[in-house]
This record gives sequence, structure tokens and C-alpha cells, in this order.
Amino acid sequence: MRFLSDKSLEKLRSAGSAPDLSGTRYELVRFVARGGMGSVYVATDRLLRRRVALKILEHENPNDDLSARLLHESRVLAQLEHPGIVPIHDAGTLADGRAFYVMKFVEGSRLDQFIAGVASLPDRLRLFLRVCDAVSFAHSRGVLHRDLKPANIMVGAFGEVLVMDWGLAKLLSELVSLRASGADSETLITDKLPASSEITESTAITGEGLILGTPGYMSPEQARGDSSTLDARSDIFSLGKLLQFIAENPSAVSHTSLPRPLRAICERAFAENSADRYSSVADFASDLVRFLDGQQVSAYRENLFERTYRFYQRYQAAILLITAYLVMRALFILFPRH
Amino acid sequence: MAPPEKSAAAGGNFPQTRISVVAAIRGGDPTERSRALDVLCGAYWKPVYKYIRLKFSKSPEEAQDLTQGFFVELLERNLLSRFAAEKSRLRTYVRLCADSFVLNEIKFAGRQKRGGEVVHLALDFSSAEGEFAAQAINPASIPSPVHFEDFFEKEWIRSLFSSAVTDLKELCVARDKPTAFSLFEAYDLSDEGDRSYAQMAAENGISASDVTNQLAWARREFRRLAQERLRAICETDEEYHHESRSLFGGG
Repeated sequence: MRFLSDKSLEKLRSAGSAPDLSGTRYELVRFVARGGMGSVYVATDRLLRRRVALKILEHENPNDDLSARLLHESRVLAQLEHPGIVPIHDAGTLADGRAFYVMKFVEGSRLDQFIAGVASLPDRLRLFLRVCDAVSFAHSRGVLHRDLKPANIMVGAFGEVLVMDWGLAKLLSELVSLRASGADSETLITDKLPASSEITESTAITGEGLILGTPGYMSPEQARGDSSTLDARSDIFSLGKLLQFIAENPSAVSHTSLPRPLRAICERAFAENSADRYSSVADFASDLVRFLDGQQVSAYRENLFERTYRFYQRYQAAILLITAYLVMRALFILFPRH
Repeated sequence: MAPPEKSAAAGGNFPQTRISVVAAIRGGDPTERSRALDVLCGAYWKPVYKYIRLKFSKSPEEAQDLTQGFFVELLERNLLSRFAAEKSRLRTYVRLCADSFVLNEIKFAGRQKRGGEVVHLALDFSSAEGEFAAQAINPASIPSPVHFEDFFEKEWIRSLFSSAVTDLKELCVARDKPTAFSLFEAYDLSDEGDRSYAQMAAENGISASDVTNQLAWARREFRRLAQERLRAICETDEEYHHESRSLFGGG
């Protein structure tokens, strides 16, 4: 029997876990990362001569749930054509029996790594608004992400912001029947529903009782595993936590406390009770835009001093110009020329 | 008893129907029991031998005697009957049994000399000793029990993969695919740095896409054969999936 060195052992473990891409048009380049459900590899699309990312289940169909979840994720992604959502190109099953899908290969950094290099608070907030755009679009297509966190946001080499990892995404169509009377936010997110076959599948896969998500970013109702009560406000909770992370910039050398209106926006977004949160991502984003524009935000009631200070901050140049003009006029009146 | 390395090759002697070695050894059928022991010995004797050599600092002769004695005791005292898959993995159980056996042997040194009428396993200790020496392991560099566990696990993987490589070689011969094995050998078994597919294609007079396909086939078969051997020594499907994940990584 052949003796295998330690190096050979590692090579064999890697070869054994490497996806079998024979029969596909993809050629393996390298392993990227391992997630809860599968691994991501970089590959070359031989036909189109471009780099792509492959998400592949770790094992050949160890149970149907995982394959179904990966297929579900690929179908959800296929419905979400938006510049802020990673596009999917292909899906299927490899020769070794493992389910996979092919998506755009995003060269860039994860948000938590990228944000450390962005010093300006307005720049960080504008970046966050692009995440909101993508999530708002997904909600408009009846899809909840359910796992929004810094590690699932990529910032590309040209500044593009992409929401990744839709493995826990849930279709909200069943809420239509549950809330046929026309509740507030659900009306927005169930306007455009996917095919009925999707509804059954997603319900079975991420049905009530399963707790899926990331502690710290997961809403209380999601943490309870009560998925039938989830709606857009569950993602808004995660976005609130994400905004707090982005605004506070934990990697920054010096920490400054957040402005009160911004803190209030965060706190409203991740309020314990979902009824106290923003009713839609669009409302949430609008409040943040108002903050960026120096306007009053809906999440925070200002006192007179704060209102005056904000007014001064917003019209600082004009106020200074008028003040200078008035001072000059006064000087001319007080000290007229002979 | 036949040498386990040969008898268990290609998963050949052990029935493909799903009966775990533990169940077969516990069972009453002597033929099944003997085959199951072959499979178990084939997977574990080298890790056990090297583990005894390293952890208890035994000489090659002492370690050989203790390894022989351990597997005989495993069979005679039917130690696997106490194994509970829900409580631990088989390899952990085997390692703990080996620990207990060696400590008892040390405590009651000379209590019983094996030989004579006692069953003797035909194990190729010279190859195991050669491997052990080649690895040049310094016991001082493995001070904690956790590291001994890691060592045992690594040797178990080495033993399993070595057997699967042998199986793959036999399969390539049987299927008349010598190029596939030589590509696998050059790319995945070599200690040298990675070679390009184009380079290997030129050396073998085939196209780069042939290299991709043949290598993919060999890897797929290697994985299948390793999993087949793994399945044979796992008590439950859950244990098998867990072990398969730890072998090939991921969740």
C-alpha cells in the first residue's frame, strides 16, 4: 500500500471535496469560502471566457432539503434582476450529484472589510442607501432576505454594492391569504407574486418552527422561529442593525457618537416590536435621505435649540452671507462717509 | 485470517449491502464476522500501531505485540458490543479501547504472553514502521492528549485514503484507464508543486480537456471509493455523513 505524505493527504482531501465539473462548461480556478449550506468557488466559463462564481453543495444530496434550498435560492435570485443583487447565470446538478448554481464573480470586498476604509459618515450612509435599494426591490418582488449582515454585502472594485447570499430568502406570498384584509406593509411586498409552485417550496423549506438567520442581525420574531409572522419589517430590523454597524464604523481609529437623529433612525428600524419599525424600506431610506439633506427626520422629535442648530447647519452659507451683508450695512449706517 | 490490506481491498470482501462492521461483528454469522473484522483491522491497525508507538513510546516489537493483542481482545471480548454510535464515533471508541488495553497491559505486564493457540493477524508491520520512521515524529512535539487524538485521526485518514488509492489503482487497471491513474498520481499524490494541465497533457500526448475529464473521473472515483470504505466502518448513516464531512470538509 502506498504511503501518503501529509501534503498528499491535504491534496486528496481537497481533490475529494473539489466539485466535479466534468460535463459542464466551467473550469475550476480556486476555492473561495465555505458557508452554512455550500462552498463558493471561482471558475472559468470556457464558452463565454469569463470568471464566474459557483455555489455548490458540500455533499451529493445528503438530504433533499439542502438541494431544494439551493435550488430555491437560485430561483429566488433569478427573479431578482437588479444592479444591487448578484445576478445568477446557470443552475443544475454536477456529475458527482451535487447541486450548484453559477453567479457573477464579484471582485471586491465584504462590507465589513470595505467600510473600515470609508471615513466620511455621509459616504457610508450613501453606501447603505444602495443596500436599501436592493432590499426594497426584493420586497417589491415578494422576497425577504432574512440574513442581512455585513458579511453578505459585497462592494465591487468599481464601487458597486451587491447583496449576496439569498439562501435564507423567503417568499411572502402566503401572507396574502393570511392578511387578505389588507394590512399595511404586506400590501407593498406582495404586489408581485411568484408562481404558485415556488410558494409551496419556500414554505416547506423555510417553514414555521425553523430558526434561520444570524444572531445580532436577526429580528426577534425571526429568532422565535415564527416565520408566518415575518414581513418586510423583519428585514428592516436587520437593516437597522446594519446601519448602526456602518454608521458607527467599528474599525475607525476614533469613535464619535452618532448624531441623535441618526441614532433614532437606527433605533426605530430595529425596534423590538415590529409595529414600531418603519413600515417599508422605502420609508426607512427616505428618513435617512432627509437626515443626509439636513432635514428633520420622522424618527426624532427635535427641541427648539436642535431645530435652530440644524437650520443653521443646513443654510450655513446663506446665513453667514446675509449676516455679513447686514453687518456691512450696519457699519455703513453707523460710520457714514463724510 | 487473511491480511486485511488484501482482503479488504476495493471494499471487495465486505458485502455491498448496508451492514455495518459493528453490526456484523456483533452478529452470529462467523463468515460475516470474520469479514467485518478484516475491514475493521484494515482501517484501524496502522493508526493503532503508530498511536501506540508514539503515545506510549513503545519499541516496534512491543507495539506490534500490543497491536496484535488489541485486535484479538477486540474480537474475543466482543468490545464492539458496547459501542454506542449515538455517544461517540467509532474511531474515538477504538482509540479509547486501545488506550485502556495498553494501560492494562502495562499494569499487568507479563500477565499473558500471546502466541501459540491465540489468533494471529497477518499485518505488515514493517511497512507501518517504515512509514512511522519516515514521518520522523517527535513525541515531545505532541505533548497534550488533544494532539494525540489529532494524530490518531490523521493516521486513520491516511490509512483510509491509502486503501482508497489502492482501490482506485485496481479500478483503473480493471477499466483499462492507466492514464487516468497516472494523471491522478502526478497531480494529487505528488509532493511536488502543482503542474499545469497543459504540461501534463503534453507529457501524456492528450488534450488539456482530456486531462480535465480524466482527472475529474479519477477524483470522483477516489471520493466514491473512500466513501465506500468509510460507509463500511460507520454504524449509522448519521455517523457516515458526519465522518464524510470531516474527511472532505464543509458542512
